[in-house]
Amino acid sequence: MRGRVHAPFDNPMLAYILRRLWQMLPTMAGVVVLVFLLFNWVGGDPSYLLAGKMADARAIENIRLQLGLDQPWYVQLGIFVRQILTFDFGNAWATGEPVSHIIASRLGPSLTVLVPLTILETAIGIALALAIAFVRGSLTDRLVMVACTVGMSVSILVYIIVFQYGLAYKLGLFPVQGWGEHFGENLLRYATLPILIGLTVSLAPTLRLFRSFVLDEASQDYVRTARAKGLSERRIVWVHVLRNAAIPIITYVMSNLPALLIGAFLLERFFGIPGIGREVILAVERSDFPVIKAITVYVAAATMVFNLLADLLYQAVDPRVQLS
Amino acid sequence: MNHSAVSPGLWTLAWRRLRADRVAMAALAVVGLFLLSVLLSASGLVAADWEDEVAVNYAPPTFLGPDPALAALAQPVQPAPPNAFDPLAADIAALQAGLAAQGRAAPAPKAATLPFGADKWGHDIVSKTIKGGQTSIVVGLVAALVAVALGTLFGALSGFYGGRVDDLFTWFYSIFTSIPSILMILTVAAVLQTKGVLTIVLILGLTGWTGPYRLIRAEYIKHKAREYVMAADAIGASSWRKMFGHIFPNVSHVALVQVSILVVGFIKAEVILSFLGFGVPVGTVSWGSMLNEAQNELILGKWWQLAAAAGAMAVLVTAFSLFADALRDALDPKVK
Repeated sequence: MRGRVHAPFDNPMLAYILRRLWQMLPTMAGVVVLVFLLFNWVGGDPSYLLAGKMADARAIENIRLQLGLDQPWYVQLGIFVRQILTFDFGNAWATGEPVSHIIASRLGPSLTVLVPLTILETAIGIALALAIAFVRGSLTDRLVMVACTVGMSVSILVYIIVFQYGLAYKLGLFPVQGWGEHFGENLLRYATLPILIGLTVSLAPTLRLFRSFVLDEASQDYVRTARAKGLSERRIVWVHVLRNAAIPIITYVMSNLPALLIGAFLLERFFGIPGIGREVILAVERSDFPVIKAITVYVAAATMVFNLLADLLYQAVDPRVQLS
Repeated sequence: MNHSAVSPGLWTLAWRRLRADRVAMAALAVVGLFLLSVLLSASGLVAADWEDEVAVNYAPPTFLGPDPALAALAQPVQPAPPNAFDPLAADIAALQAGLAAQGRAAPAPKAATLPFGADKWGHDIVSKTIKGGQTSIVVGLVAALVAVALGTLFGALSGFYGGRVDDLFTWFYSIFTSIPSILMILTVAAVLQTKGVLTIVLILGLTGWTGPYRLIRAEYIKHKAREYVMAADAIGASSWRKMFGHIFPNVSHVALVQVSILVVGFIKAEVILSFLGFGVPVGTVSWGSMLNEAQNELILGKWWQLAAAAGAMAVLVTAFSLFADALRDALDPKVK
């Protein structure tokens, strides 16, 4: 009650956003502590790694001093929190490149692949799911579902290896790998085959999921009502059902976006795209802890923010949803 | 006397539903065959000799016929003509005489073709695929059991006790789900830095418990207020006994379905981890390490290792997914 007195709380939307952000704090704190424990306690002392093969005691001591490893654990945790808040994780161990610069410069190539991929996947997934829902229970429906199960059981590695070999290496339809300087060149030349492979791999699970969302709606009362008042099946599916099935679809797409940033790491690795996913793989190979720590913390934060955005989008799509 | 009074239990009913489903039974048979091959290869009856170099390098599958470019390699190596200046000749002659004395014959001639070809070193692809399958399937199964055991334990504690305990585990859950699972797996792989089958099992098991946790927790919240639990409470059963003696048998079907779903995901994850080199150590073969080799072989036109590993995995995963779907339908007929 008293909260209503304050000006910002007059706006229910703003109050909702503030409360959700407040609720994220314990989870975010947990993520920070988990990452800290993993790297400082399970991971062991990185100074031996950094000092190289011919390390002497003084070099190791010097590195420990620089990294703050000689400090008590709460000081080290404080250093980590300050790094997160100031976006300053220092330099990558392997290359000496500032971690913030790595993240900023790798985001563009990742998004060049992921944004078109997500848009195409969602649009095609919705269209196919609604089309399949038209003929639910028929032989076509069952065959498509079996094809999806079989398609999903082939490893993504096999799709990438075969498509890259067949379409790029043998037939020469696409460059085998590479990345240019200009956005247009990257999107139209280098990102095309990765997007095509991403679509092939993700369409089967997406279609299965979206079909189940659509079928959940198809047995609702409002569908019967719409039919009873003589609407065409086409209008029922494309207007009434789609509007309602949009809610779980939005959740799925939004909450998957940050995970996709990492999930495309195989595509980025095979095609030499300098994106976030490939950077994670490189960092794991080189034991480049600052890079992995930074990416893990920020991707976790992004996941939470996107979940909030999904909830906000609900209300835009469905006025019945009350933000509370 | 009156047999009809005994009503069939959950598992009997589920088995009857499963038996009626022909797709499920076919899938179960395929999964059973794969498990049998795992048992046979683990006990050393099959594919124990996969590391023998039985054929020429990249020997093609028999149905393609021998590769003329490789045919010369199939001949046993002719000993070099004696060379008066060879300083090691006397030593080597002595060593070979020693080997012959131990009863070791000269190496058998290498085959020009094998049923499904050979890899770079002349290993039989069929044996290698069986051996690789053993690694991948065992990792998937054990990791799924670890993940579901953890998820069940956490979910039981969380759902049964509620309150602070529930808050704690739900907090854990929200932490683990806010980090995408593949990133979590890679992060743990980076930190552990030791390769090995046990390491992958731990990585997958310790990061995969969130799905089972959510479902098992919901089941425990539903069940703890039921009459049979109150009855158990009335006769003085301990909390532990109520949780795992009374409630667990009634929710174990959820755990079983979760195991079957996670096995599929974990086999796929193991293949990717091993492909990247964060999985099985050098010297252990898995479907992932086979795909890693096959990637380079494909450019040379040697497609058979890729086809064998990818095909075996696709067949197993398809069968396992179909079976998992059928199992879920059979155990939970309300959800359809």
